[in-house]
Amino acid sequence: MRYLPLTGHDRTDMLATIDAPHIDALFVDVPEEARLDGPIHGLPLHASEMAVERHMTRLARQNTVAGEVPFFLGAGAYRHHVPASVDHLIQRGEFLTAYTPYQPEIAQGTLQMLFEFQTQVARMLGTDVANASMYDGSTACWEAIGMARRITKRGKAILSGGLHPHYVSVAKTMAKYTGDQLETALPTLSADTDLDALIAAIDDDTSCVVVQYPDILGRIADLRPLADAAHAKKALLIAVVTEPVAMGAIVSPGEMDADIVVGEGQSIGVGLQFGGPYVGLFGCKDKYVRQMPGRLCGETKDADGRRGFVLTLSTREQHIRREKATSNICTNSGLCALAFSIHMTLLGEAGLRRLAGINHAAACRAADRLAKVPGVTLVNDSFFNEFTLDLGREARPIVRALADQGVLAGVSLGRLYPGADALANGLIVAVTETSSDDDVEALATALEAALA
Amino acid sequence: MPRYFTEDHEWIDVDGDVGTVGISDYAQQQLGDIVFVDVPAAGRRFAKGDEAATVESVKAASDVYCPVAGTVVEGNAALEDEPALVNSDPEGEGWFFKLTLADTGDLEDLMDETAYEAFVAKL
Amino acid sequence: MALNQSGWRPSAPQQGEGVAATHTGNKALMLEEALIFEIGDEHTTGVDFAPGDVAGSRLGNLTRKSPIGLPGLSEPETVRHYTRLSRQNYAIDLGLFPLGSCTMKHNPRLNERMARLPGFADIHPLQPVDTVQGALGVINELAVWLIKLTGMHGVAMSPKAGAHGELCGILCIKAALEKRGEGHRKVVLVPESAHGTNPATAAFAGFTVEDIPATAEGRVDTEALEARLGPDVAAVMITNPNTCGLFERDLKRISDAVHAAGGYVYCDGANFNAIVGKVRPGDLGVDAMHINLHKTFSTPHGGGGPGSGPVVLSEALSPFGPLPFTERYADGHITLVEEESVDDRHPDSFGRMTAFHGQMGMFTRALTYILSHGADGLKQVAEDAVLNANYILRSLADTLDAPFAGSGPCMHEAIFSDAGLAAGFSTIDIAKALIDEGFHPMTMYFPLVVHGAMLVEPTETESKAGLDQFIGALRSVAERAKAGDASLKTAPHFAPRSRLDETLAARKPVLVWKEPAPVAEAAE
Repeated sequence: MRYLPLTGHDRTDMLATIDAPHIDALFVDVPEEARLDGPIHGLPLHASEMAVERHMTRLARQNTVAGEVPFFLGAGAYRHHVPASVDHLIQRGEFLTAYTPYQPEIAQGTLQMLFEFQTQVARMLGTDVANASMYDGSTACWEAIGMARRITKRGKAILSGGLHPHYVSVAKTMAKYTGDQLETALPTLSADTDLDALIAAIDDDTSCVVVQYPDILGRIADLRPLADAAHAKKALLIAVVTEPVAMGAIVSPGEMDADIVVGEGQSIGVGLQFGGPYVGLFGCKDKYVRQMPGRLCGETKDADGRRGFVLTLSTREQHIRREKATSNICTNSGLCALAFSIHMTLLGEAGLRRLAGINHAAACRAADRLAKVPGVTLVNDSFFNEFTLDLGREARPIVRALADQGVLAGVSLGRLYPGADALANGLIVAVTETSSDDDVEALATALEAALA
Repeated sequence: MPRYFTEDHEWIDVDGDVGTVGISDYAQQQLGDIVFVDVPAAGRRFAKGDEAATVESVKAASDVYCPVAGTVVEGNAALEDEPALVNSDPEGEGWFFKLTLADTGDLEDLMDETAYEAFVAKL
Repeated sequence: MALNQSGWRPSAPQQGEGVAATHTGNKALMLEEALIFEIGDEHTTGVDFAPGDVAGSRLGNLTRKSPIGLPGLSEPETVRHYTRLSRQNYAIDLGLFPLGSCTMKHNPRLNERMARLPGFADIHPLQPVDTVQGALGVINELAVWLIKLTGMHGVAMSPKAGAHGELCGILCIKAALEKRGEGHRKVVLVPESAHGTNPATAAFAGFTVEDIPATAEGRVDTEALEARLGPDVAAVMITNPNTCGLFERDLKRISDAVHAAGGYVYCDGANFNAIVGKVRPGDLGVDAMHINLHKTFSTPHGGGGPGSGPVVLSEALSPFGPLPFTERYADGHITLVEEESVDDRHPDSFGRMTAFHGQMGMFTRALTYILSHGADGLKQVAEDAVLNANYILRSLADTLDAPFAGSGPCMHEAIFSDAGLAAGFSTIDIAKALIDEGFHPMTMYFPLVVHGAMLVEPTETESKAGLDQFIGALRSVAERAKAGDASLKTAPHFAPRSRLDETLAARKPVLVWKEPAPVAEAAE
């Protein structure tokens, strides 16, 4: 077996060294009636590399690959081109097969990268600081709500209808157990966001308002009035960014005075991967740093006075604080953070701004083209690289029908909001630098046929 | 001015009905380098034994219990910038907070300096 | 003669006398590397874009005007920057990584290749299910393996890491209790040797955590535990094999007692590597157990994640598992049960824990690993992991204090303590000296029940020769610590950095890079 270096001869020698008659003598503490006497029945035995590759490839072929068809899905996960060097670098064994950097003298590579990542993320989100990553955007969003409760000592969170419904579901699940009270709403299929309603809902019991930017339908709203209204009631503004490429084109939430900004970093460096692993981004104002969840890397000096980096403020974490920890998070998303950071370094400011410009221009062209399809209305006034169409009839069957024709049209609101009739006609369409004008034409043509 | 100690290594100096609370030199030594202290704000009320403050070293966070019942009149703001005061002068400049005592009777079961030294010697 | 004086004339290398510091700070292959903020700038990019217009502004009057402050590097500079950084890391690819309870085993590269097949890497989580049957097939196939390997009834695949899985299991327990009308059970019993995530998780879910003592031989005190059971106890969280590296012999008896008292048994599966294929937790009465795919099933740790923490569930808890999950029909078609169909199919689910479906990229890697080993290979994995650990335990028991050496064989990890070292020497000095010997240190000061604990987990992917080298190094370091060798106190001496000032880092946290203040020009 190729991953097991011990030979039969080694095993015999080693058993002799430890004075054990046979291997099962080492398992004597397992109750005899529970001990298995051979390989578990009904499961295949070991297989060659070639055989496994064949099996997995057969499964992979049953999927429609995004890059091989006109593809317009977004809603929290976006397809962008990732440079080849990103994937090469993250596969260097010293990154891929390292552990969490608890021994800083021999983990400066990971630690310096995390310090750079934290700085890149903080600057993108417009916050003072950022942590070394969370599992993904949805869990980061929930952690931010918990953090707001600890800071304000209040238990009511107001969630915008424009927040991704999976993020809302995660928060609802967790709130059941922490006793947080959540006010939630559905989005409306219109150009207007619910900012005014959110402002009106803030009261003296409100811990935080949570708003997505751009929101689930792709709409972009100025968060400054909301931040002011929250702060007037001593509540926090939490902003959620699911498409960080947008920060190259629009003002960041931190610049609009959001207190905590979380995000899904998948779009930069990570790839679609059917939903995971992704990388949660988490930034906040300086004054809240000790209430932050997750690992933090900080700068320091070594015994010889040289600059170095360590994991720090770890008294917030579970392995020290146990039941008083800010979160139970332990392993986070280090390698995805590395992919994000490398891609971000390759882009730089100039590249990110240009990438964002290309995305927005492509989305504008696509929105104009698709709005010309008879029966289709563009819902948004504002958007970055994702917008919502009202198809005038239920979108979900149309998405399925187009998939059968080899066009992945977008995400129907019926999939995201089952049972919400007022939203059933909505289709979220994401357009990135990977969508060509021919792809848009293919979608327009297929839509026109389906709606005819 | 009398000084009292608890078995959890807090000390309290009492002047009239105002007490000043900190942690002992022994506690400071056990914790190692202090990196952060969270002191209570003025106006907070504690029962005897409540968690009133937190003190953190690099690898440990410890709660500081209120040795008597009372209302906080001042937290030591200097510790925010210079937590190392707890190491350098634990029973002086490194005090945590001052409070007005609700009941001076709470002092009765605390140790005086001699008793505390004997208590620590046995640990 | 014609004396040809051209070219280089090699001679025997001379002994250097006192090495001066280099101009660059580099030491040959040990290369210093500045931060991207110091070497990059805002005008450089390592990405070429197709020409084309970037017109259009429907950005709601929020068009960015001010710079973000993100430096860029060209592609060659980027490759060099990260390659240089990588060389400052220790890694399992470089050598034995004896971190107890972390299971740092070889990460097969076939796993990486399979996860990168476009059919897995380049598909969107919200594609219509008919277009992702192969991906759902991977989730389903891995789920079947995990269920059969553990002898359990169901599995929740979506948790993102071990701690997330723990939370999933505890939430299942909470939901089950509430369904029974016994939401008043508020106490979770946790052994004092547990991972810190256990009490953190239980507290998060609103439970009160109470410690269970350990016996002198390093196992849960079964009698103390049984005595504490009652109508207020919701669950017991046990790690098996435990963090002292021992199998909890009484687990079945404990499970029976907990069930009889109306509670559930949560097993922390972080150490499943020791028993996979040898015993099934389901046969020991476990109700929920998370499996760290990045430990037992060889997905890479990546310098701190991503992990993946599926949770296997007993028949009693399966109805409460989270959304979404896959269901395979008789005709082979696989569907996703999400919010839409939850009322009909899974009405007692406690809800969703994460967007989308979990760590697909880890599922493909873990399934690839499992298929490579097969049922026979996985059994051999556990046997070799346990054999390697016992070999280390017995080979070093004459040099280092092994507090539980008399408690029978260890499982996958050997535990030592700092007893017997010279005065003033502790576990950290041994750990840091091991760095100079070219090894990653073992887990230190954990579990808390052993003073100055050193927890060594070699895993099954080490050869006998590799183990012998490690044993030799640890023996040498331990002997120096017993003799009071002062140079250990300043180790490591040969790493990219000497000991780092963690106090400074925590007192004045510097968490992001800031432009240094311009140096004022000298007056006059």
